Order: sequence, then structure tokens, then C-alpha cells
Amino acid sequence: MANFISNLFRSNKKLTVDEFIVKKTITSFFFLFLFFAGCVWAWKWIKAQPRDKGITGGVQQPIRNVLNANEKIFRTVTYSKNHLTKTYPFSAAVKNVRFNGNLGLGNDFDPATWSLHVVKKNGDTLSLKLDDLKKLPKTEICFNFKCIEGWNQITWWSGVKFSDFMKAYGLNEEATMKYIGLSTPDEKYYVGIDMPSALHPQTILCYELNGKPLPMKEGYPLRLIIPVKYGIKHLKRIGILYFDNNRPPDYWAERGYDYYSGL
Amino acid sequence: MRTYDRIAIKRLFINFVCAGQPAGVPSLPTRQVFWMPAFLVVTSQHIPTYPSMKKIVNKHPLAIRWFHWINFPVLGVMIWTGLLIYWANDVYKIGFGDKTLIKFFPQSFYQAFHISYRLAEGMAYHFIFMWLFFLNGILYVLYTIFSGEWKYLLPNKSSWREAWLVLLHDLHIRKAKPQQGKYNGAQRIAYTAIIIMGIGSVLTGLAIYKPVQLGWMTAIFGGYKMSRIIHFVLTIGYVLFFVIHVIQVIIAGWNNFRAMVTGFEVMRVKDELVQVEASSAILPPVEVTPAEGMKTESDDNPET
Repeated sequence: MANFISNLFRSNKKLTVDEFIVKKTITSFFFLFLFFAGCVWAWKWIKAQPRDKGITGGVQQPIRNVLNANEKIFRTVTYSKNHLTKTYPFSAAVKNVRFNGNLGLGNDFDPATWSLHVVKKNGDTLSLKLDDLKKLPKTEICFNFKCIEGWNQITWWSGVKFSDFMKAYGLNEEATMKYIGLSTPDEKYYVGIDMPSALHPQTILCYELNGKPLPMKEGYPLRLIIPVKYGIKHLKRIGILYFDNNRPPDYWAERGYDYYSGL
Repeated sequence: MRTYDRIAIKRLFINFVCAGQPAGVPSLPTRQVFWMPAFLVVTSQHIPTYPSMKKIVNKHPLAIRWFHWINFPVLGVMIWTGLLIYWANDVYKIGFGDKTLIKFFPQSFYQAFHISYRLAEGMAYHFIFMWLFFLNGILYVLYTIFSGEWKYLLPNKSSWREAWLVLLHDLHIRKAKPQQGKYNGAQRIAYTAIIIMGIGSVLTGLAIYKPVQLGWMTAIFGGYKMSRIIHFVLTIGYVLFFVIHVIQVIIAGWNNFRAMVTGFEVMRVKDELVQVEASSAILPPVEVTPAEGMKTESDDNPET
């Protein structure tokens, strides 16, 4: 048998039909086997790669590289500040807004002492009260809020357009930086967002839900609403806002999620 | 080979190159053309020197075999990681009113396959393998267009009737076996449908992935929620396709399966002669002179 098979692979051998069938079947199935073995090997290789370190984490470095490449591709090809999320009449908004996370919403929070700390590029800090923000023009949006888990809800939010806020406080230099960083007062939840998305005309520093002040569990007194991102980026109870040219730390990116998470 | 191809296309049917001289029929010339379906053309390199009772007939081009086998693990990963994502918001079910017939998916299913709490992982892999799925699919479609393979794959006028007969036959309701070309009517419909499904998966996938930037696409599919449902239903469709496909391949047998790996099917000369007789009643055999540069008998036997 072995002789018969090795005979088939002699280069100068003239094959009968039967021999040809056997030879071709062996080689073809060998290549198919090689292909599947290669797939298994590639899968195991990816799984065995070291996790990425630093701002992002929780996922193997080659995978993170592709996610970052995806960000570049879709920021270049599809993103535009003129692409607006679909809006709905306020009457379409749900009354019972889904509560889906209490990260950074500790019980020891004292609303009276809260202020928004804006760290400028030169290191100065602006401390703003809610009333300061309410003096700026109010922007309202009723849109389909999308959670990374897969659910969505039509919800109605109001506040200050982020780009209006930047202009009003003369943060022009900061607006040329690449990222904003946000964190809760207790710094237990934090996100980083690319500047184009932050300056998108539908991004708001939000203080009202359904026309009433934000409930505690929705991030009273101030939260981010950014329709071009999944809910994980809509940080509740903003304590600190800062600017950076490198990616600021991001709670979910450290746990293996895409840093960009753009819609 | 090219000469034979051209003739095959010209006549819109069919010719067949004798792969070898059948044993015991020495009077037959080594190369003779009979009327047979066009896909049964044998390339000259496959013409063996010695006679045999078997003939090798090419069925699947190498490119199609690669597209097919690459798609298998890639689609597998897409379905698997899709499950990891779906787990995070597993709301779909089939039922009437309050009564649930099928829940996608029962807890036991998640436990059996360790699906729970792997959303981040699922999304990461999904958004890598989407490129492979997309590229392999687009190359396959382009290949079928430019190679002419689409002629065997697209359903034609008789496909629907033929598919019905195939179904009746497969369910053992009708005894007579429907005509089987390269693909029968049911196959043409299935293999075309699966491509349309693939396109649907890519587009609904984009509609879910970038519902703001590609909002128009999301709108075409009836909104974000509907895009997700279509994306999910298509995936269930792949699983059903896979099950039926594997069963049909098992029933069709080794020769058919091997063709998707080696590219050729093996035919018995005797069977083929019977078919030739039957078909030559309608169409006369044509004579083909080998094109310039084609391998001839003397090339195979340089000593003589």
C-alpha cells in the first residue's frame, strides 16, 4: 500500500485514471487538512497573544490593533459631523427610562458640594455650578439611545450642547486637542472620547430627562449624552472634564471593549 | 482546453472529452467528443495516458473550492461571536401572545457552550472576522460573474418547478429522480439565496454597526430594531442551511463531496456511454481538432 502511494508521487510516473484519482484525492484532502490545521493554529495563536496594556486592555494585542484600524477606517470613510442621529417628537420618549449601571454613582455623593471641574490645557481649573451651565442656550434631543448590550430606547434629554459650552468658556485651544476625558466625582467611572465626536452637534452636557432635572440614578446633576456613541460613553454624574492629545483612560476599553465605540 | 470551452459555450450545451480509452473498446479513438453537459469538460492535463473504466470530470474550479472552505470557518466564527453578542440582550422568541414556543436561547444552551458574559470578546472577534466574511463573499461573487459560473448557479425558468420535484423526491413522495445538471433547481435556488442572505447580513450588520453614520441604511431595513431582527433571522437561516446542506451532502455521497475538495467527479465509462447514446439521439457528435499548443499523444510519450 505504502509502495503504491509513494509510486504515485514519482514525478515521471504516467498515471492510470485510477491512480490519478487516488493521487489527486490524497493531495487535495491533505491541503484541506492543512488549511483547517492552519485555522486552528491561528485561533490558538490569537488566544495566546499577550493582552494589550495601558489605556485599553482585556483583549489580545492583535485584536486591539484591528479594532483601532476599524476606528480609523470608519472615522475616515463614514464619520461626518453632518450625519445626525434620527430624532423623534418628545411624545415618543419612554416614561420609564431603563437604568443600567451605577458605576461611579456612590451613595456618599453630596449634590451641594458638586461642581464641574474643567481642567484647561494650561493646567488651570474652572469650577462650574449647574446654574452656570443653565445660563447657556438649552439644547433638547429625543433620540434612540443605544446600549452596547443591544437594547435601545427612545429617550428625551436636555442640556447644553458641548460645542456651545466650549465656545462660551473660550476653550478654543482645547477644542483642537484630540480627546476629552470625563470622570465621575469619585473617579470610579471614566471615559475618553475623540474630539470630533465630542463636538458633534448632538452631543450635550445634559441636566434634564423628560423635561425634569436628572434623577440621581441617571447621573444628577450633569451627565453626557452623545448619540454618536454607545451608552457606555454617556458618562453619568460628570465630576471632571479634561483634554488630552492621547487617549484618556476608559473604564470599558480597559475591559476589552472598543475604545472608539462609535455609532 | 480553451477550444473545448469555447465550443461548449457556443453550442450552449455541452460536450465531453473522452478521458481515456475504455478497456475492451480499442477501436474508439483516444480523443472523441460526445454531447454532455458543458461542465463535464476535462482539462487536458487530466487526461491520463492509460485506458480505464472511469472518467474524471471537472466540477468545481479551484477558486470556488477555496471560497467554500474559507467561508466555513469564517462564518462559523461570525455565528459563534454573534451568539456571544446576542446573549447580552437575548430578547427574541417565537410564540403567540403570552405563550412562548421557542426562546432564543434557553439558559441551558448558554451554559452548555459557555456563552455568558463574553460580550466584549464577541464584539472584538465579530468586527475582525467581518472583514474576512465580506472579502471572501465579494471575491466569490466577482469570480462567479467573471468565470461564467453564475450560469450554473442562478435559478432559471425551470428551476422552481425542478426544485419542487427535487423536494418531492427527497421527501420520498415522488420516485423519479429529477434531472441533475451541475446543480439542480433546488440547489440553484439555495446557492443563490445564500448569497443574497450574505449580502443581507453585511448590510444589516452595517446598519447596526453604524446606525448614525449609515442612518439611511438603517432606515432602509426599517430602523435599528428591525435591522437587528433581520440580522438575527439571517443567522438562524445559515444554521438551517448548514444542517440541510450537510444532510444533502451525506445523501449525495462521497463522489459529490470529494468534488468540493479535489474538483472532479469520477464517472463510470459505461454509464457515460449510455448517456451519450441517449443524448446523441437529439444532437449529433461534433469533431474537435486539438488547438495549437495542446498536449497531444506524442507529447505524453516523448520516446515514441
